Amino acid sequence: MSTAISVEHLAYSYPGVDNTPGVAVFEDMNLTVEQGSFVAVLGGNGCGKSTLAKHFNSILLPCGGKVYVCGIDTADEDRLMSVRRNVGMVFQNPDNQIVANVVEEDVAFGPENLGISSPVIRQRVDRALRQVGMYGFREHAPHLLSGGQKQRIAIAGIIAMEPKCIVLDEPTAMLDPKGRREVMETITALNRDKGITVVLITHHMDEAAQAQRVVVLHAGKVMADGAPRDVFQQVQLLHSIRLAAPETVELCYELNQKGFNLPLDRLNDEECAQALYDWIKA
Amino acid sequence: MLKDITLGQYFPGNSPVHRLDPRTKLIVLVVYIVALFLASSWVSYGVMFLFLAISIAISRIPLKALAHGMKPLLFILVFTGILNVFFTPGETVLVSLGAIRITAEGLVRAVFMMLRILMLITGTFLLTYTTSPISLTDGLESLLGPLKAIRLPVHELSMMMCIALRFIPTLIEETDKIMNAQKARGADFESGSLMSRVRALVPILVPLFISAFRRADELATAMECRCYHGGDGRTKMKLLRYKLLDYKTFTLTLLLFSAMIVLRRFGM
Repeated sequence: MSTAISVEHLAYSYPGVDNTPGVAVFEDMNLTVEQGSFVAVLGGNGCGKSTLAKHFNSILLPCGGKVYVCGIDTADEDRLMSVRRNVGMVFQNPDNQIVANVVEEDVAFGPENLGISSPVIRQRVDRALRQVGMYGFREHAPHLLSGGQKQRIAIAGIIAMEPKCIVLDEPTAMLDPKGRREVMETITALNRDKGITVVLITHHMDEAAQAQRVVVLHAGKVMADGAPRDVFQQVQLLHSIRLAAPETVELCYELNQKGFNLPLDRLNDEECAQALYDWIKA
Repeated sequence: MLKDITLGQYFPGNSPVHRLDPRTKLIVLVVYIVALFLASSWVSYGVMFLFLAISIAISRIPLKALAHGMKPLLFILVFTGILNVFFTPGETVLVSLGAIRITAEGLVRAVFMMLRILMLITGTFLLTYTTSPISLTDGLESLLGPLKAIRLPVHELSMMMCIALRFIPTLIEETDKIMNAQKARGADFESGSLMSRVRALVPILVPLFISAFRRADELATAMECRCYHGGDGRTKMKLLRYKLLDYKTFTLTLLLFSAMIVLRRFGM
């Protein structure tokens, strides 16, 4: 497998205002994301998750070290467009990333910027809208849609540019449970069916549990990195940086404190219930 | 109350008027307005009215909607009428009360003036009612395209218009939310003197502006992420193309315009 994103010795600090010293976010950060994988980046507030995401498509440039996207240095100004073409970005607030007042016009915005011919844009827009299940709404006004629908439009606007990689910065933070489910289903389907690399930045444990790999960030450093089952077993580590494991793991952990002996790798309700059943039976 | 604002309201439809190229509609509107100012007699006004009435009939826009849009402009209409009735010099005096004289010429002129304004506004409404804001801005951008040669930022202007239209409903919703939040804390927007009511608006405007700036910042980042780099090298999904219907409309409009010139020539 080839590398989609590679972060090498990244250092970044936000510049200070009026001669005050800046705030250092990263000092020596290393991370690689494989092509076609689904990585969740977890972390509490202010741990640098969003700052990291902004390095993936040249919104922020490293103060030290390098970030490569599909082999392209993000600091290379001449290749800015190819970086942004390869890495699409979806933000938290769906209202603030929709440009046009008709759904299909908004999805067409990215491809139009790439200078693609009009019939090809039409095809891409229709395909992208079908992929996120919003084709029936193509002539609607975005402000009349629900949050989850708006966020799916924003995702369609990114995949219409056919990027290799999508970075989602807390895409479900402003959505209700139904909207969250819609968006998560769309993201997993894109990764599974289209082989698009997905980097999901989140603070919802149950969302992270759906990824293939979880990276836990704290104070600009990678604290844990691996498959969800392995990472979430380290409950004490998660607690020490004020994060919680998924609810099922937390339950098993609490019960273990009381003398039970349950496995800590049960990430969904059924597995957890089965484990409890097995323990009680034994 | 904020929901009532009808700014360039668009009635989706599929009538021939809806299907016309937005550029055609813009050009026809300009020619129509010029023709309206050429009209000076009952005959020419009749011709103009016929043209407008047929256009409305074809567009299938309900008359009620047109009348509803007219309401806020009623005052200007009546005011113009009154001014023209009283201040037109003329020979045939109908009523004379001291310094105030109402003449036959004044009455005729007032009626003409009101008709002219009425037809002008209705024509403009017909454009905004049958054209979606986005195709309207597309049409404007395309028509003003040649002005890029004198460095007028045509693409930027149309992009600004498009974004402004996109955010009007969002900001209205937000204003509503802020107002409710302030009311929940005991703010009073409905009573008191004019001054105190204006002052009560400040706590709404400040958060609204701050949030608008934040939105602008986020939107700019999102646009950059989607490879936006100005109008150069940008293509369009929906290309504007004149069709047979547009040529027919142009011919008809040209005929109307010539008719108005001929009628004026013969003093009609």
